[in-house]
Amino acid sequence: MPKRLIGLVLVLPALAVILLLFIVPLAASVVGAFEEKNSYGLGNFTKAFELYRSDVMFTVMIVSLSTVLIGLFSIAIGGYLTLGENPRAVAILRWLYRWPMFIPFIVVGQVLRTFLAKNGLMNNMLVGAGIITPLQAASFLDWRGIVIAFVWKQTPFVTLLVAGAMASVDRGTIEAARNLGASRLRILLEILVPQVTTTLMVGLVLSFVTMMSVLSVPLMINAQSPTMITADIAFRINAYGDYGVANALGLISLAVTACVAWFYLRHSMKERA
Amino acid sequence: MSTAAIPETNAPGFRLDLWWIPRAIVLGLIAFAIFGPLTNLLLWTVAEKWYFPHTLPLEYGFSYWGRVFSPRGNAMESLTNSILVASLTVVVSLALAIPAGYALARLRLPFRAAILFAFLIPQAFPNLPVYVNIARLFYEIGLNGTIAGVVLVHATHGLVYAVWIATAAFAAVDAELEQAARSIGAGALRAFREVTLPLAAPGLLASAIFVFLESLDEFTGSYFVGAPDVNMLPLLLYTAGAGGNYQVASITALLLLIPSVGFMLVVERFLKSDVLSKVGH
Repeated sequence: MPKRLIGLVLVLPALAVILLLFIVPLAASVVGAFEEKNSYGLGNFTKAFELYRSDVMFTVMIVSLSTVLIGLFSIAIGGYLTLGENPRAVAILRWLYRWPMFIPFIVVGQVLRTFLAKNGLMNNMLVGAGIITPLQAASFLDWRGIVIAFVWKQTPFVTLLVAGAMASVDRGTIEAARNLGASRLRILLEILVPQVTTTLMVGLVLSFVTMMSVLSVPLMINAQSPTMITADIAFRINAYGDYGVANALGLISLAVTACVAWFYLRHSMKERA
Repeated sequence: MSTAAIPETNAPGFRLDLWWIPRAIVLGLIAFAIFGPLTNLLLWTVAEKWYFPHTLPLEYGFSYWGRVFSPRGNAMESLTNSILVASLTVVVSLALAIPAGYALARLRLPFRAAILFAFLIPQAFPNLPVYVNIARLFYEIGLNGTIAGVVLVHATHGLVYAVWIATAAFAAVDAELEQAARSIGAGALRAFREVTLPLAAPGLLASAIFVFLESLDEFTGSYFVGAPDVNMLPLLLYTAGAGGNYQVASITALLLLIPSVGFMLVVERFLKSDVLSKVGH
């Protein structure tokens, strides 16, 4: 048997699993979105927009806001890890920031549901410190809770990528800028960030996709309307067995993700040109 | 002159770095943001009674632990199912990923970059619409609500870690060692089994742990394909939390948290930089 063929035979089973258990169902969801009783049409989309227009807007806004916050925090943490002049503070931060990375979303949902609730530890400590009165204590379990959960969980992942990329930026340039009197903030914004844009964008796009498909966090933190598309899809199927509208909503979330991916690709093409 | 010199001579030993004040405040806030929620979870696991407006639980105890781990409780069933599914997922993923990773690292393959990229696809699309349709498909062929069905769904998602890390692990093993074994008469399979595989083992172990955790923590796929017939820990957490039983939900969350955090603390021991630098190449 020629060597190339052996290689293909070894790879084929794994590829077949991806094809059968991911690409085929993905195609089925695209086709299913247009399927009506006896024909094909846009009926599911009309219904999806009629019922869930505000939820689609809500989802896009929540995920976009979370992505922006994740980007800002990861630049700030990564920047301090790279430019920080006190080794002890850098070491503490390096130890601290990655804790939430491997914590599963479902646990993040449960942890933050108890923490952010009206009688959660956060309000209790604010009351204890005299910052707010017990009557002012408000529950954060609405859109803010979802954003906090996403940022809490995804920031370490993007920071890990960004800090790694920042560490491999040429130290000589940084030292030169420092000797010429540039402040650390200016070095971060004008030297480090431009050089790690590609890594930062990859991390943010991956986070965006992940957040678009998380079901547990919206179910646990905020299941009332308006909620996220994922919760609506689950509801459509569990309550009505309505695969048409569920698939239409799924295709909408795919389209949103595709927009982001397209935006990213156009940006990276421009960088290379 | 001499009085003015005193603070200067003392300075090196006792000089307080005033920058520690803003540093301590910021680091303290980050620590609170990360460990505050986790502390709250720990408190809930041992709270017998806790309601508004009390800052801390009124009574502490382990009675809910007893309830979770009692033989009649469905937590034991979920725990067994979760571990069984995660172990089977590791076996299936590695059985597919070891040959694929070896071929991608060592053999000349046409469309190698495209094949590597294909395993990334499940990470690059929102998964929920896919799970919904897998569940529908599995329902028709009788795989819905079975352990095998859940394992297949988890393995599909775990393959990206398994294949990418296995490829990097095999690429980090010196190809000349295998050629040396071949030249003194070992067959291809024997050279692989006795030379390459043991040397790639730490990297493969890391990918196995990744796949195991990914499966243990997976919620959406289990929710559509497994529930309500196959009970798993994340599903138990969800139903307990939805029913307002925060103690059982928190204990379950803690059970899921321990392996994840434990792995985070030791991951660098398994994934050496020589393997990490080859990931995705």
